[in-house]
Amino acid sequence: MTVSRESFYGPLDDVSGDAGYTEHPERVGFFTDTSVCIGCKACEVACKEWNLLPDDGFDLLGMSFDNTGELSANSWRHVAFIEQPAPPRESAPAREADAVDLGLPSFDLPGAGTGEETRTDFRWLMSSDVCKHCTHAGCLDVCPTGALFRTEFGTVVVQDDICNGCGYCVSGCPYGVIDRREDDGRAWKCTMCYDRLGDGLEPACAKACPTDSIQFGPLDELRERARERVATLHDRGITEARLYGEDPNDGVGGDGAFFLLLDEPEVYGLPPDPVVPTRDAGSMWARAGVAAAAFAATAVSVFFGRSRR
Amino acid sequence: MGSNMAEAHPVGFQWVMEAKARGAKVLHIDPRFTRTSALADKHVPLRAGSDIAFLGGVINHILSNDLDFREYVRAYTNASFLVGEEFVDTEDLDGLFSGYDPETGTYDTSTWQYENGFPEDSVESERHREQSAGEQHGSGGPKLESGTGIATDQTLEHPRCVFQILKRHFSRYTPEMVERICGVSREDFLEVCRAWTSASGREHTAALVYSVGWTQHSMGAQYIRAGAIIQLLLGNIGRPGGGVLALRGHASIQGSTDIPTLYNLLPGYLPMPDARHADKRDYVESIRGTHQKGYWHNADDYIVSLLKEYWGEAATEENDYRFDYLPRIDGDHGTYRTVMDMIDGKVFGYFLLGQNPAVGSAHGRLQRLGMANLDWLVVRDLTMIESAEFWRNAPEIETGEITAEQCRTEVFFFPAASHVEKEGTFTQTQRMLQWRDRALEPRGDQRSELWFIYHLGRILRRKLATSTDERDRPLLDLAWDYRTEGDGEFPEPSADDVLRRINGVDLTTGELLDSYQQLTSDGTTAAGCWIYSGVYAGGVNHARNRTARTEQDETALEWGWAWPANRRVLYNRASADPQGRPWSERKKLVWWDAERGEWTGHDVPDFPKTTPPEFEPEYGEAGPGALAGDDPFIMQADGKAWLFAPSGVVDGPLPTHYEPHESPMPNLLYGQQGSPARKVYGREDNPSNPAPPEGGGDVFPFVFTAARLTEHHTAGGMSRQLAYLSELQPALFVEVSPQLAAERGLENLDWAHVVTSRAAVDARVLVTERMRPLRLDGRVVHQVWMPYHWGPSGKVDGDVVNDLLGVVLDPNTMIQESKVATCDIRPGRRPRGCELLEYLAEYRRRAGVTVETGTHVVTAHTTASDAAATSDTTAPGSTGSHTTAQGTTDREEDA
Amino acid sequence: MGVSDWIRSWPVYRQLTGADRLGRGDAAASPQSREREPRTADADRVTASVCPYCAVGCSQNVYVGSDDGGERVLQIEGNPDSPISRGRLCPKGSASKQLVTGDHREERVLYRAPYGTEWQELDLPTALDMLADRVLDARRKGWQDTDADGKPLRRTQGIASLGGATLDNEENYLIKKLFTALGAVQIENQARI
Repeated sequence: MTVSRESFYGPLDDVSGDAGYTEHPERVGFFTDTSVCIGCKACEVACKEWNLLPDDGFDLLGMSFDNTGELSANSWRHVAFIEQPAPPRESAPAREADAVDLGLPSFDLPGAGTGEETRTDFRWLMSSDVCKHCTHAGCLDVCPTGALFRTEFGTVVVQDDICNGCGYCVSGCPYGVIDRREDDGRAWKCTMCYDRLGDGLEPACAKACPTDSIQFGPLDELRERARERVATLHDRGITEARLYGEDPNDGVGGDGAFFLLLDEPEVYGLPPDPVVPTRDAGSMWARAGVAAAAFAATAVSVFFGRSRR
Repeated sequence: MGSNMAEAHPVGFQWVMEAKARGAKVLHIDPRFTRTSALADKHVPLRAGSDIAFLGGVINHILSNDLDFREYVRAYTNASFLVGEEFVDTEDLDGLFSGYDPETGTYDTSTWQYENGFPEDSVESERHREQSAGEQHGSGGPKLESGTGIATDQTLEHPRCVFQILKRHFSRYTPEMVERICGVSREDFLEVCRAWTSASGREHTAALVYSVGWTQHSMGAQYIRAGAIIQLLLGNIGRPGGGVLALRGHASIQGSTDIPTLYNLLPGYLPMPDARHADKRDYVESIRGTHQKGYWHNADDYIVSLLKEYWGEAATEENDYRFDYLPRIDGDHGTYRTVMDMIDGKVFGYFLLGQNPAVGSAHGRLQRLGMANLDWLVVRDLTMIESAEFWRNAPEIETGEITAEQCRTEVFFFPAASHVEKEGTFTQTQRMLQWRDRALEPRGDQRSELWFIYHLGRILRRKLATSTDERDRPLLDLAWDYRTEGDGEFPEPSADDVLRRINGVDLTTGELLDSYQQLTSDGTTAAGCWIYSGVYAGGVNHARNRTARTEQDETALEWGWAWPANRRVLYNRASADPQGRPWSERKKLVWWDAERGEWTGHDVPDFPKTTPPEFEPEYGEAGPGALAGDDPFIMQADGKAWLFAPSGVVDGPLPTHYEPHESPMPNLLYGQQGSPARKVYGREDNPSNPAPPEGGGDVFPFVFTAARLTEHHTAGGMSRQLAYLSELQPALFVEVSPQLAAERGLENLDWAHVVTSRAAVDARVLVTERMRPLRLDGRVVHQVWMPYHWGPSGKVDGDVVNDLLGVVLDPNTMIQESKVATCDIRPGRRPRGCELLEYLAEYRRRAGVTVETGTHVVTAHTTASDAAATSDTTAPGSTGSHTTAQGTTDREEDA
Repeated sequence: MGVSDWIRSWPVYRQLTGADRLGRGDAAASPQSREREPRTADADRVTASVCPYCAVGCSQNVYVGSDDGGERVLQIEGNPDSPISRGRLCPKGSASKQLVTGDHREERVLYRAPYGTEWQELDLPTALDMLADRVLDARRKGWQDTDADGKPLRRTQGIASLGGATLDNEENYLIKKLFTALGAVQIENQARI
């Protein structure tokens, strides 16, 4: 294993192998199909029950049914609710006819312009957000203590027995996912239930999800399934369906947790074009590699020299 | 309709999503755009309380366009049966049916009977209504004296056949009328009609889902009747993928109806005896017809077996199996009547067993004032709920209506064991019993209800052991010898033993029974709930069957046990055609195997196993043997599904649109405004907001409706105490449309308060496009929605939404109308303390509310006696001309 | 831990000697990460249960373990075998562990005397005995032998009960049976609401 530019940016086929696991299970991930999300928040609760997370306070946010607000140290799943006009469908009946049928002026009177005439033009989107477990994870790359690491499953996990709360990872995440807990200052985020994976269990959120909006499995399989799902939705006239985070050519080398969205990512509070902040670390390594290796070798020889005494 | 399945039953909703993925179309017809609407192919909003107008429109659409599944309808429903000449429809009586008594507000159903069917014994309708008569007839459905020999017209042309009566009754439910009443555009309405009818027939079935959005109305049973009529006309009953599916809201609410903790029922839908029943024979004769068809004819077997389980060896043939030990009802003893009796000082002790009426029942103030006027109150719950602490945290403390120092009610709080700390069965919403194993022991004083009731009974019996008082005999003779587990004075009773005795035992052999068909009336069988007989068939607890779904077919008969007889689709004989062949290969479920001479299929056939399709009973036959081979509805007195209900529904043989008790709208279809048979209680402590034709309704101009959120559970006792749920919905809010917000000056997240003549309730404002004003008959009507999970206790608290509601009941079920009322909404918080009482009084003054308001239920411009006397009666008033035209036409046909 | 083990446990050693030259994966795993296992692996037993909230009837597996404080619920999650729920749970079902293990649960009998302003504790047998006396008293005060026409009623209107939809069938059966034998008729539950 050599250190290469691919270790920091661009497509990377074997993310676990790159992290030093010579024999390892398939890379796993989440495919969150928001087109079947019912916004029940079972994922949020199942995550907290399993991971024994504290509550996040009791604040009514007034943002539709979202009272979690965002992913945080204590909320590793977050369901966003978006109330918006729906895109026009070919099958939708012409609404002008209704206006005529009403036989009434549709101006000034409160409510006058809002009978049933725009009902089919409205929709309510729901989406369960989570750590993306990036192929190139900024949080991991900037962590100075080794608290963040890549697991054999290709996921990214904060080790709370190592983390010293420096907070570099918080700014290292292009999605704004990782967060420090106020009381102990350490960084916390989704582990994709690392402890469960080792025992062959699926993550708590995916297991609970009533409609299978959150699907867990080998990433390659999920990507294939997701592409088929998009095709099906397109066939049914849901032309706005698109995948987010599944492309290995994107700024983070593709996400381990990717999404099927029904609108632009920004609508869901997701960055449209995330880029790992350490994208150039690979070329920096190339320049600094020799010096670094020499330095390290010296350090080790000193260490061993001492040990032997 | 009337269901928010994705939010209230999320895990059940996976099957809707699965069906949708396979190409099913999902329509959500509901006042509010919910998480269910978000996932549906189409959401059709309608005014809360207008569902029957909508459903009537669908029925009219089906009948006017010959879209019914005629072969199914003719063979399996009572469409061809002739109704007696005395019957007069709402068409001719301005919204009333014949037999109405304006003095008592009840119907005498004798004019609704079939021709040639023996009329019922003279019906004491007042008493019928008082006793929740729909259930008075038990699971067998209403009685008919004879199931055979009913006059029919197979051409369905006779003007008095059910099919034609139906056609005429719903003829004025036009798309235009649906638009004016419900606020649903003609296009949307017709799209629903098209989708529903095209998804039904030989090759297809459509399922109808409802919940308490339908039941909690002053005519809730008729909402469901209307849905059932559509499903029957389209051939969607008894077939896979069809049905009328009631999604119930509590883990064992089905079980607590089957094995009722309800005043008017004994286990297995046997009615509670009333004061008219001198003896058991009287009782049995009154609940089933001598010559009626089907399994309800065997009611004597069921009641005797129950009495044998209750009183064991003390129940003998000589003493009428101690039928005289059963207490008698003679009116309404429902929970709302009882609460008023508490206020009136007639009730002394009250048990609350896992229920929180201070928050969860309609008219919370009435509930709390009732509790404050008891000798004692017992609360058993997992946690400290509002009903246990009303004496120190009721809203009435602030207004001075309750003060601890002056409240005499003694309160006992007993901590309860949770679902994992006890074993036993829940019956879920598809009638399936599932056994829970005990995971661990409860802590401290936490105990199961089984323990509590068993030992309370034991202590009571001990205290009375030497009593010679006749009234104590039922308790002292009670079979209270259940097996226990553990030592000491207070061992845990065995739920397994209780279930065995519910299943039933052959007393001559001691063997467990395999089926309710083994029950007898000669005292040799004992069974606690006849419909549950078979759950322990072969000595095996089938409720504990847990064969993985991957190891059986999709009917999954080896998972749990569904009553009756583990049948998963009720009346599944109807999944085959009259000749016993599946209607189609796609939709096959149960069929006749001529070679083996029996019914077979994927499900357990819900039909006498060897009765062939072509079988015809002799005239005058009775019981299961009287079922013809094409009588799939084996619990019905005539073997057929009832489009028209000649008895058993006290507020009309056909669903009819009436306005809710409180409504901003006049009834556009009839002069009769609200249900003429609804139960009203005109009391100072139960005021109603005015509704047309009463004036003053404009003080409460908005339609109010309330419901659940996914994140909470009913009155909050199992969710507001949990941080993980409370943080997801931390505060009470009220949803309003942007238009209403503008009209009333409401800002998102600011405080507002909702007002009725009963209460004012604070809530945070959620302005949302999901709430949509409706245009109704040329005017804009706003709807206001609130979740009802909050109260003064818990990690998150808030005002009690149920305080806004009054008590007005469906006369069939005695269930309150809590899904619709009228209200006002104002920005800012409500007044506190005494000022609140003055504020409400001022609202009532402005609206002209008195004790009389809403109690004059008859507004039709004709009466039943008028119509019975003259055949050309027409209704004056706004709908008069319409009525005249229809009435005249039909009279001519009659002649 | 021997010295060589100690050295091998040093991430930088592992980084330089193993395949994880960047120290972002295998080499960086902490002792806790290497020894991790789900807490359900510690369960003494798994019992089959059913969710106590709505009436869908989702199957639950209850993982029970024990420590110094006695037995406790480690985890509750869906049972994939169920043809109803396929192992899935809604947020309430997913919160079941908090429901049964949370500190909101009362463990002691509490008693509020007439005109009292506070709760007081009462032992369970005493409370049951007191209650039995009160049941008999209320029953007597509300007793009705006959109606106005002299027809037997054999009942009391002095005692009412509400609840059952969250209880087991076996419990409802005993409730109805006992109250019926007592002559109490105002026995109701959520199904009326």
